[in-house]
Amino acid sequence: MSILVRNATRRFGDFTALDDVSVEIPSGSLTALLGPSGSGKSTLLRVIAGLERPDGGSVEIDGRDATRLPPQRRGVGFVFQHYAAFKHMTVRENVAFGLKVARRPKAEIKARVSELLELVQLPGLADRYPAQLSGGQRQRMALARSLAVQPSVLLLDEPFGALDARVRKELRAWLRHLHDEVHVTTVFVTHDQEEAMEVADRIVVMNHGRVEQVGGPRDLYEHPANAFVMGFVGPVTRLGEFFVRPHDVEVRRQPNGTTSEAMVERLVHLGFEVRAELVLHDGQHVWAQLSREDAEELELAQGQIVFVRPSRTRQFAEVPAG
Amino acid sequence: MAASTLTRRRVGTGARGGAALLRGTVTLYLSLIVVLPLTAVVWRSGRDGWGAFWEAATQPQALAALRLTFAVALVVAAGNVVMGTVIAWVLVRDEFPGKRVVNALIDLPFALPTIVAGITLLALYGSSSPVGINIGYTRAGVVLALAFVTLPFVVRSVQPVLLTMEPDMEEAARCLGAGPVTSFRRIVLPTIAPALLAGAALAFARAVGEFGSVVILSGNIPYRTEVASVHVFSLVENDDVGSAAAVSVVLLVTSVLVLAGLNLLQRRRTSHAD
Amino acid sequence: MPTERTGRLGLRFLALGYLAMILLVPVGAVIWRAFGDGIAPVWQAVTTPDALHAFWLTLLIAGIAVPLNTVFGIACAVVLVRQRFHGRRVLDAVIDLPFAISPVVIGLALILVYGQAGWLGSWLAERGIQVIFSLPGMVLATVFVSLPYVVREVAPVLREVGTDQEEAAWTLGASPLRSFLRVTLPAIRWGVAYGVVLTTARALGEFGAVTIVSGRLAGQTETLTLYVENRFEAFDLTGAYAASLTLALLALLVLLAMTRLQRKEGR
Repeated sequence: MSILVRNATRRFGDFTALDDVSVEIPSGSLTALLGPSGSGKSTLLRVIAGLERPDGGSVEIDGRDATRLPPQRRGVGFVFQHYAAFKHMTVRENVAFGLKVARRPKAEIKARVSELLELVQLPGLADRYPAQLSGGQRQRMALARSLAVQPSVLLLDEPFGALDARVRKELRAWLRHLHDEVHVTTVFVTHDQEEAMEVADRIVVMNHGRVEQVGGPRDLYEHPANAFVMGFVGPVTRLGEFFVRPHDVEVRRQPNGTTSEAMVERLVHLGFEVRAELVLHDGQHVWAQLSREDAEELELAQGQIVFVRPSRTRQFAEVPAG
Repeated sequence: MAASTLTRRRVGTGARGGAALLRGTVTLYLSLIVVLPLTAVVWRSGRDGWGAFWEAATQPQALAALRLTFAVALVVAAGNVVMGTVIAWVLVRDEFPGKRVVNALIDLPFALPTIVAGITLLALYGSSSPVGINIGYTRAGVVLALAFVTLPFVVRSVQPVLLTMEPDMEEAARCLGAGPVTSFRRIVLPTIAPALLAGAALAFARAVGEFGSVVILSGNIPYRTEVASVHVFSLVENDDVGSAAAVSVVLLVTSVLVLAGLNLLQRRRTSHAD
Repeated sequence: MPTERTGRLGLRFLALGYLAMILLVPVGAVIWRAFGDGIAPVWQAVTTPDALHAFWLTLLIAGIAVPLNTVFGIACAVVLVRQRFHGRRVLDAVIDLPFAISPVVIGLALILVYGQAGWLGSWLAERGIQVIFSLPGMVLATVFVSLPYVVREVAPVLREVGTDQEEAAWTLGASPLRSFLRVTLPAIRWGVAYGVVLTTARALGEFGAVTIVSGRLAGQTETLTLYVENRFEAFDLTGAYAASLTLALLALLVLLAMTRLQRKEGR
C-alpha cells in the first residue's frame, strides 16, 4: 500500500507547518520522516493519517484519493508518542477496541488479540491496566492495538520519544524486526538521526515545512543534497568554502602543497577517538576527528602547527541559513 | 514539606499549644453554628418518640411533598447529566465569539439570589409571560426553578476533566475506526463518568433543599406543587416544630447520604488512580 | 466532514439555546419588565425607606458574616491541611454540611437552639440577649449558609504552598504567627479572595434560613431578599423587580469578580 502526498500545505495562523510538500512512500517500505522540531514531520504524518486536513494538496493511499476521508476510513494505524492508551480499559480491551468497533465476532476478536499479544511479547499482561505497565510495554500494546485492524499503513509519531535510552534502543531493533515479519508500509517520525539511520530503509529529511532530501541512510550520509542535510545527518565542519566530515579532515605534520596551515587549539579525548579543534590562519575554526592511533602517530599536542586538507568534500552553492 | 528537625524542635511546644488552640477555636465555631443546631433538629424530631416521628414524617401532605421533591430532584439531576455534559463539551471543544462570556454566565445561578431567580423565571414563564408559556403554579415550574439553580454543578464538574483530557486517546480511537459518537461513548464518557456522577449528586442534593426559587415559581399548592422545604416552612410558621423537625430529618438524612456517597466515590477513585 | 460539522453546530445550538432559555432570556425579561414604565418608578421603588433599610441591613449582615467566615475559613484550612488528629475526616465532612442542607432546615435548627425556648436561647434571653427575630439571628443564619466557601477555596492553595517558606521565616527569627501573616497569607491571597467573593454572594442571596429566623418585620428585620418576596406577595411587581435588579446587579459584580479571580488563580 503506497502513499502519495502531493503539494500538501498546512498553515497554523502565521506559521507554515507544511509548504508544498510532495512525498512518495513505496509499498512495504519502512520510511523515516526526519527533521528538527517545527520541521513539519509530525504534521505530514498526521495529514497522511487524516488527523489534520491540509489547506492545499492531496493524499493518495494505494491509488485512492484519501484527502477527504476521515481517519476511521483510511485504514491507517497510528501510534502516538505518549501511547494514548485507553486508561479505563485492560490491555486486552485496548487491543480489541478496533475489532469491537468493526463488530467482528467474539471468537475472532479473542483469537486475534491473543495472536497479537504474542507478537508483541505481552501475553501474560492481557488483564492488566495500562497504568500497571512500563512505558515500553504500553507502546508495544499500542502497536498491537493498531495492528489489530490490519491497517494498510502503519504510522508512528516519535514512538520511542517518551522512553528512556536503553528501552529506546531495544524497541528500535524490535520495530525493524517486526517490520521484517509483518511487511506493512510503515512511516515513523523522529528527530533522532541515529534512530532514522538505524531503522529505516528510506529517510525523508524535512526542514521548515519542506522536504530537503529523500534517500537511503547511506545515500544521505555520503551524498547530501545541501548543507542542512549534511549537518543534520552527521557531523560536519567547514574548511574554507567546503563542507567536510570531521573524519574526512586529513591532518599532516608536513605541508604538501594542497594543505592549509592550522594550529591545534584543543584536543578532546573521547575514548577511542580524538577530536582536534583547529584554527586556520584566517581565524576559521575547523575540527577533525581522528582515531587514537592516528593522533598518537602524529604526536598531536596543544599549540602545535599542523597541515590539513579535506580528503573528501562537498561544496554547496549557497551558504546555508540556519 | 520537609524541614529540618531543628526548626521543628525550636518552635516545638509553643506551636503545638497554638495549634491545639486553633483547632479548639475552629471546633467551637463549627459546633455553635453548625453542629449544635443540627443536633437540635435531630433531637427534636425524636423527642416525642419514634411513633410521633413516623406519624409526622408520613403525614399525607408531608409525604406528597417529599415524593415530589425527590422525584423532581432526580429528573433535574438526570437532565443536568445530559445538558451539563453538552454545555461543558461545547465550552471546552468548540470556539465561537462570546464564548468567554457564556462561560462566565454559567456561574450566574451561584451568584444570583434564589428568590431573584424565581422572580426572573416567573417574569418569562409565568402568567404574564411575553412568550405565552405559563408554568407558574405547576410542577413544570418546580422543574424549571431547580434546573436553573443546579445548572452549574455538572458543567463545572465535567469541564476540568474535559480540559485536561489529551486528544490522543480520541484520535487513537478514530484511527481504529471509531466515529465521533462511538469515540464519545467509549472513550470520553468513561473518562468523565466520575466527575459526571459527582456533579449530578451535588445537583441532586441542592435540588432537594432548594427553597427561594421554588417558593415563587411553584405557587406552593399542597399535594401538587409543594416541595418538602416549603412544607417544612409552613409547619414552622404554624408552630408545628415537631413535625417540621421530623420532615427536616428526612431531608437531612438524604443530604448526608448523598454527601457520604460522594466522599466514598472520590476516595475510591484516588486509591486506584494512575 | 459535513456530518461532523453539522453535529458540532447542532451541539452548539443545543447548548446555547438551553442557556438562553434558562438563564439569559429570563434575566432580560426582568430588566425589560422592570423598566417597562421608565426609570423613574424603578428608582422610586428602590429608594423607599423600607427598600433602603433592607439594602443597608443586607450589607450590614454581609459585612459581619463575611469577615467572620473568612477568618474562620483560613483558620480551618490551616487546621485541615497542616494538622493531623483524630476526627479530621469528621471535621472535613461537617464543613460540607451547609452545602447540602436546605436553608429552611437551617432556620429551624437555629430557632431550636437560639430561640426564646431554645437550648441556648433561654439562657441568652435571661441575660437580655435576643438572637432570633433580631440581627444576631440573621447573622448566624447567614454565617451558617456561607460557612464552607473560604475553607474550600483556601485549603487546596494552602496545601500547594506548603510550609517551606514559613519555616524559612522561622529560621530568620520571625514568630510563627508573624511568619504566617507575612509569608503564607500573601501566598494564598487569591484563594482567599475567591472564597470571599463566593461567601459574599451567598450571604447577599440568602433567603430561606433568614426568612425563618428574622420574623420579617418590614423596615426592621427585612433583608433585600426578604423585601423582594414581601413586594411580590403584595403584588407590587415593580417594587419586586426593582429590588431584584439591585440584587442582580450585585450578582453581576460578583460574577465579574469571580471571573477575574479565576484567571488570577490560573484556573
